[in-house]
Amino acid sequence: MPDISVTPKKALIVLGCPEAPAQQALAFHVTHNLKTRGSEVLIAGNPSVINLLKVSDPEKHYITNTMVLEKCIAEFVEKKRDCDLCVVFAHNDAAIAYAATMRHLLPERRLVVIVFGKDPGPLADEINFPCEKIVDKAVHNPMQLKAKINEVFGWAVSRT
Amino acid sequence: MGCIENLKYEMILPLGASFKECREYAEKNFSEVWYVDPGYKLFDEYIIGLPPIALGIEEGKKIIFPYTKPCHGTYLLRIEDPDEVERVRKTARKKK
Repeated sequence: MPDISVTPKKALIVLGCPEAPAQQALAFHVTHNLKTRGSEVLIAGNPSVINLLKVSDPEKHYITNTMVLEKCIAEFVEKKRDCDLCVVFAHNDAAIAYAATMRHLLPERRLVVIVFGKDPGPLADEINFPCEKIVDKAVHNPMQLKAKINEVFGWAVSRT
Repeated sequence: MGCIENLKYEMILPLGASFKECREYAEKNFSEVWYVDPGYKLFDEYIIGLPPIALGIEEGKKIIFPYTKPCHGTYLLRIEDPDEVERVRKTARKKK
């Protein structure tokens, strides 16, 4: 596994279903922090979640590179794309399946799975593959989960 | 559902089934079961899931497989396609 303290050159953020609002805020937060540290960030998700981000960031201060999830998975399978860090947001069973898929496709890369929602514990227990897990009961309010993310990524002193 | 949506499929398990439930259903209800890894191409789409992903074969011509979408969870689908069945038999790992 790569050194946690090293800023990734290329990061992939995989977003799940957008029904939990905390995801969108935290996607901006993670993207912002990675980009300000020099990472190139690609965000993958379904069309709804990508459009939510694009509408929220019309001048593309945060969100520059996006891709529909199926196409993104295809490019990783076909080895047309690579990354040093993959962050998966997961608040349902489907997202855990996507995280497992990314683990399989990127066996040597850093994988961080952010498990959230009303009852994240059982969901986190489904993860039986190597990764770093950040788990918190967050649906609407992202603050506690944000603090945990900052701690894991070493952004704890950040004011963002 | 992408191109699989355009195929004639039957939904075996209702929406909301977990990926694990889909695997267990395929393993328990079909005498011929094969395993693949995430990223395996089936019906021109890359299959998502926790490895090993169980595929059932029925009547020698129908494939039962999990199909995951971010907002809906995992569907367990059945599609009749003898050619694809043969391809699975040649490229997947058989349940022992």
